[in-house]
Amino acid sequence: MDALDGNAIGGLLQEVFGADMTAAVGTCAFCGRVGPVAETVVYLRAPGTVVRCRTCGNVLMVLVEVRSRKCVDLSGLAALQAS
Amino acid sequence: MEGTAVRGRLTWQVATVSQLVDETATVRTIDLQVPDWAGHQAGQHLDIRLTGDDGYRAERSYSIASAPGEPLAITVERLEDGEVSPYLTEDLRQGDQFELRGPIGLYFTWDRARDTGPLLLVAGGSGVVPLRAILRYRERTGSTTPARLLYSARTLPDVIYHDELDRYNHDHGVDVIYTLTRQQPPGWTGRTGRVNAAMLADIAWPASQNPLTFVCGPTSFVEAVADALVGLGYPAGRVKTERFGATGAPGGP
Amino acid sequence: MSPLSRGFHRRHQTPAGEEGRVPPGQYVTEDFPVLSAGPTPHTPTEKWTFSIKQGGDTEKSWSWDEMSALPHEDVTADIHCVTRWSKLDTHWQAVSIDTLLAQVNHDAGYVLAFCDGGYTTNLPLPDVTGGQAWVAFGYEGEPLPPEHGGPARLLVPHLYFWKSAKWVRGLELLDHDEPGFWETYGYNMYGDPWKEQRYAGD
Repeated sequence: MDALDGNAIGGLLQEVFGADMTAAVGTCAFCGRVGPVAETVVYLRAPGTVVRCRTCGNVLMVLVEVRSRKCVDLSGLAALQAS
Repeated sequence: MEGTAVRGRLTWQVATVSQLVDETATVRTIDLQVPDWAGHQAGQHLDIRLTGDDGYRAERSYSIASAPGEPLAITVERLEDGEVSPYLTEDLRQGDQFELRGPIGLYFTWDRARDTGPLLLVAGGSGVVPLRAILRYRERTGSTTPARLLYSARTLPDVIYHDELDRYNHDHGVDVIYTLTRQQPPGWTGRTGRVNAAMLADIAWPASQNPLTFVCGPTSFVEAVADALVGLGYPAGRVKTERFGATGAPGGP
Repeated sequence: MSPLSRGFHRRHQTPAGEEGRVPPGQYVTEDFPVLSAGPTPHTPTEKWTFSIKQGGDTEKSWSWDEMSALPHEDVTADIHCVTRWSKLDTHWQAVSIDTLLAQVNHDAGYVLAFCDGGYTTNLPLPDVTGGQAWVAFGYEGEPLPPEHGGPARLLVPHLYFWKSAKWVRGLELLDHDEPGFWETYGYNMYGDPWKEQRYAGD
């Protein structure tokens, strides 16, 4: 199953952040890669959504729906700047 | 009504199917009426949500096929083992309803006032859908931005929007280049085979013209094309990518 | 109230008479969905090892050939994914974790399975012993395909299937319950499908 990209979770991210995040710029906490969220590597088919750095493969974000509440872990991002 | 509708909470709205158009044997365009639709930008997509009798829900994302200002439409490809696409392409009837939210995704958009450079659009299969919205928007607004579409499809009958794209080619200053990868009609003089670095070197605008590129289609297609364009000197930041599942739509079948 | 989408239904229905085998909130599928948190590793068996670690040391390690020489068995199990699908009567070829742990001296209370690609998951020791857990290398009579966890995965069918870690490379023996990947992000530390222990706090 091929990975998708951050476009595929545009709706989910807008729901969580209250604004479009596909064009937001993230900085990977592991390798320092800077780029739009739309260009991250996204694994959708899982118990949660896993967003990885396209350069180093480390986990940037994990989104899980726990009892109908959306939880987001951003600890793999050193920075996230909405455009 | 053309709007930007880009900020604030996304809410689920009820859409009613107003018209169904079969584009190919497996692809259908669905026109939708959404009472409070606030408009969109060319290239954006929607999330749709179906709810069955037993409460079972399925969500999928589909690119918006229409230009801002036109009746809202999506184009869906039926996938063999899909759960949602067979329903949308075969069972759905005029008057049926489902929920949608959108528009979504500002990254993969072309705005004629904001964006510069000649346009290069590269489509793999149903990846042509958001690119057709961009071309329709370009035409509706009278833009003269040079535009070139390279569209990879398996066979000629698989080419979505074929007549419309041919009209662009001849009448509207857009170059449309098809490449048929699996089978060609007798007498076909067009390109064949998968999009590769050599084909792109031939077709792509020179990097010196500062083109803006949109690549859309299956993940492996998008990655091969984006890598090749960067190899031709295109700055990565000027190559926008949207990957669909091997399934044909962002997010899966 | 969500508008019903006329005529839309899920693809698979629970076979009549099998309802008792299906934990609450699950539906039966004939497919075998592939779920993953990352790219599929492709570890060649010549490079593959399975290790049992404790306190930073490797207590015991097996190469693919050594693992293949161990007694193995055919396992038939129903499996239940936390994403709500269940698959009945799956067939595996596997080595019991009891066989592996018998070769190590320990008094650990818990294990943390570790895998190619970095995935981890935690289990209490009593749940990986007593004939409840295996390292599986065959599925339906064929070598386990990479997308389903091959060369080998953990198989712990009495818990939600995220505990049956794909691409498993070993177990770390611990004296405490250390949350693995999904457990860290909000899933249940134990994961009993019959008690619907999907999330932390369930």
